[in-house]
Amino acid sequence: MDELMIDGVTLGSRLIMGTGGAPSLDGLGEALLASGTELTTVAMRRYAAGSGTSVFDLLERHGIRVLPNTAGCYTAREAVMTAELGREALETNWVKLEVIADEETLLPDAVELVEATEALVNRGFKVFAYTNDDPVLARRLELLGAAAVMPLGAPIGTGLGILNPHNIELIVSRAGIPVVLDAGIGTASDAALAMELGCDAVLLATAVTRAQHPVRMAEAFKHAVIAGRLAATGGRIPKREHALASSSFAGRPDL
Amino acid sequence: MSKHVAVIGAGIVGLGIAAEATRRGHHATIIDPAPAAGATYAAAGMLAPVSELHYQEERLLALTRESARLYPGFVAGLGETGYQETGTLVAAFDAADRAMLADLKQAQLAEGLEVHEITSREARRLEPSLGPALTGAFYAPGDHQVDPRALSAALLTMLRNSGTAVVSETAAGLITDADGAVVGVQLASGEVIPADETVVANGLAAAALTGLPEGLRLPLRPVYGDILRLRVPAGLQPFLTSTIRGIVRGHPVYLVPRGDGTVVIGATQREDGSADVSAGGVYQLLRDAQTLVPAVAELALEEMTCRARPGTPDNAPLLGRVAAGTEGLPGLVVATGFFRHGVLLTPVAARICADLIDGVQIAAQLQQFNPDRFSNMTKESHA
Repeated sequence: MDELMIDGVTLGSRLIMGTGGAPSLDGLGEALLASGTELTTVAMRRYAAGSGTSVFDLLERHGIRVLPNTAGCYTAREAVMTAELGREALETNWVKLEVIADEETLLPDAVELVEATEALVNRGFKVFAYTNDDPVLARRLELLGAAAVMPLGAPIGTGLGILNPHNIELIVSRAGIPVVLDAGIGTASDAALAMELGCDAVLLATAVTRAQHPVRMAEAFKHAVIAGRLAATGGRIPKREHALASSSFAGRPDL
Repeated sequence: MSKHVAVIGAGIVGLGIAAEATRRGHHATIIDPAPAAGATYAAAGMLAPVSELHYQEERLLALTRESARLYPGFVAGLGETGYQETGTLVAAFDAADRAMLADLKQAQLAEGLEVHEITSREARRLEPSLGPALTGAFYAPGDHQVDPRALSAALLTMLRNSGTAVVSETAAGLITDADGAVVGVQLASGEVIPADETVVANGLAAAALTGLPEGLRLPLRPVYGDILRLRVPAGLQPFLTSTIRGIVRGHPVYLVPRGDGTVVIGATQREDGSADVSAGGVYQLLRDAQTLVPAVAELALEEMTCRARPGTPDNAPLLGRVAAGTEGLPGLVVATGFFRHGVLLTPVAARICADLIDGVQIAAQLQQFNPDRFSNMTKESHA
């Protein structure tokens, strides 16, 4: 599969994983390996770095790059502080920016998100902005200097799939930076669809970590993302009203 | 043959091991600057092999079931321990919570565990304090409870009465002889306690002991939990009779009613490195508990506690002898990393450790948790 380039870094896998909801560190490690991911996001508010036995050490051991995130932040101020915490602890200026509006929906708060993106870009962060499936907002985030936009397929943890494929397509068609479908993925076909819609990568956590067989699901997503990417660039056939025989009649003997 | 057994750590596990060793005629010394003040102090004491079953942790089931079976005999003769054989009700809040529990029920049944799906109406007949907004419920008659504070106090009393020394000091490390065998414990004060067998049962602190066998890695990490204790006002008695566990919008919560009219509500799982009670954690617990049992709002909030559970990479304990594949390193038994299951696993851990000390053969299925399973130890190094 063609490689994904973000901020000058080349990633061989277009599947970005999250760690939330994992039942055990070992189970998480096996699932991450099965997914083939090279980039995994960790909530800075939920995990302390540097104990030698934490999720960060697990990622380091498996050679997986860490993408700190600001999950659990409700205001731009909290998000900026949490991002700084991640930069200091993990020595990366990448951050997945998550500013949510309420616990019920965990939807991004557009106004706070815009403010935090601007502040973090000014502070030298490479911002991966978790955003609504709103093409106008996605464009705004890009203009403010985001390194990638991450529109949701559906609210976090719902597994409802991609609720507005048209908007995702529209975001992709207007974006000059990588578009990562983030949140809402339930099963493999959702991830394949995201890639077919033109997304550059897919980010998911719950669909693997809370599955009954996380390793099997992780492997399914690995293949789904590859399949979706290949299909997106393979030139799909037009949809037709009427059947069209797959073998042409031309050249057959007329008996 | 009577041996001198030094037990480092007087949490519920260390106390249980010392008690079992004493019952078998050994002479124990317990070393802990603050007995039963760690995770034991916080624990709710659910003895729940059924409702604690997690996917990918089926291997642990042999241990949890065996320990639950041993509990009545373990607490017998100890006096007040709060051991109760009332079952556990598991309630689902929304449709997805119910689907999650229904899926888990299939896994529980496949393991031969007893769990019944009941209607929310039946659940409320059993426990009228449950709110009407439930989508379903399950009943696990075999999931019981004990009061870890009462049990650890009873064990300490029993041990003191039987002549066991409780040394209120911090253990600094293990003393080894020229062959690498462990022959005692060095205290932080410098004093040495010689022992035929040393049991490392000091939870998270185990990894920091000096003199651990070369190459032994104990990958323990603190998984903090916030837990609440509330008092039920006289007018609301009886509040609950059985333990209520619930999934509320994907978040687990439990309410454990004690015989003394209090209710324990827990517990969060945090790896954020903070040993302080988390306001967000308390909020989440009360919110979810009140969703299941609305009258939670009428209770008196008596205590908020935070402690760290000793977590391991596979959520299973580090239990047994080091290098057990060969002869085993003499003089050393490890019993830590019990994570969420310390109270439940105490009787079986005590029996396994005492069997190791006595050289008794241990069933293979209880022997899968060797403390060196995360280490790269060459067998030659202890040959």
